[in-house]
Amino acid sequence: MRQPLIELVEQPYLKTRLPVFHIGDTVDVLCRIVEGDKERVQVFNGVVIARRGAGINESFTVRRIVANEGVERKFLIHSPNVVNVKIRRRGKVRRAKLFYLRHRIGKARKVRELRVHKREAQEAELAGSAA
Amino acid sequence: MIPALLGTKIGMTQVVDERGAAEPVTVVKAGPCVVLRVRSKETDGYDAVQLGYGELKPHRSTKPMIGHAAQAGTSPKRVIREVRLSESTAVSRGDVLTVEQFAEGTVGYVDVTGISKGKGFAGVMKRHGFGGKGASHGVERKHRSAGGIGGSATGGTGRSVKKGKRMAGHMGHVRRTISGLRVVKVDSDNDLLVIHGSVPGPNGSVVLVRRSKKRMG
Repeated sequence: MRQPLIELVEQPYLKTRLPVFHIGDTVDVLCRIVEGDKERVQVFNGVVIARRGAGINESFTVRRIVANEGVERKFLIHSPNVVNVKIRRRGKVRRAKLFYLRHRIGKARKVRELRVHKREAQEAELAGSAA
Repeated sequence: MIPALLGTKIGMTQVVDERGAAEPVTVVKAGPCVVLRVRSKETDGYDAVQLGYGELKPHRSTKPMIGHAAQAGTSPKRVIREVRLSESTAVSRGDVLTVEQFAEGTVGYVDVTGISKGKGFAGVMKRHGFGGKGASHGVERKHRSAGGIGGSATGGTGRSVKKGKRMAGHMGHVRRTISGLRVVKVDSDNDLLVIHGSVPGPNGSVVLVRRSKKRMG
């Protein structure tokens, strides 16, 4: 399905180093926001509930609760407006899509934390911050 | 400059514009096209150029076609189209046209002509955007039907259906032009045009890209 000529067009728009994160992780998405001629970075904090697509079309969905109301935001992973994705907490999940979180209320919303060895965590941190 | 080029629709993707927003684009491999013949007011009654695009093995072609191409000093072409010009242009037989004539700054907008995707025999809701009928409230077996097609008073004589009444039938696979599409990028190394938005036809189909008649700049 992938056309070499299309990839040629997409190439300059792809990021060379992608942030490393997984489904279920609680992340801070640093997004660039342009207001008039000013530019600033806003943080969107939440749980990664889905990741889809490939290449320049790849996107991920982050869900958070604001004032007791669920808010979801989709980001194109290759978008220059997504400056970085920092992992706050890693999640232990068994699905690729966490849409079931939408129906959960209160404490049940929580994703079980994935406990990792200190060394592994440091390595992941390094990989993440390099992106 | 001839503001036209034959090409192949490669497919769609997205790129990022200067604001960082994703922009839908179609990639078209356009040209190189050879001018096989120049038509002029004096000899033919109108101004046009005949463009040839795509290689064709001589043994798959006919002798007349090989001869015709040889007059332009080239091999037989797979696709041949004539493009009308508003006035005679300095171009001669055998000239090769590439995407460079659409290079940034010269042509901002283009019209793209192609054969749209065939949809087969389509009902009125898909083909003409009719509303259909209710899913409920006693409607039986006619949820996607067109409704009335005329009464005793229509068509002048009565008891007939007006000509041109929109009904179900074959949809798509017709020549369509989408006008005023912005040229996002020109890649002359690979003969690629990156055009904003969609273009008629399936991937791999032949399209004609012309400088826009309506939108200049």
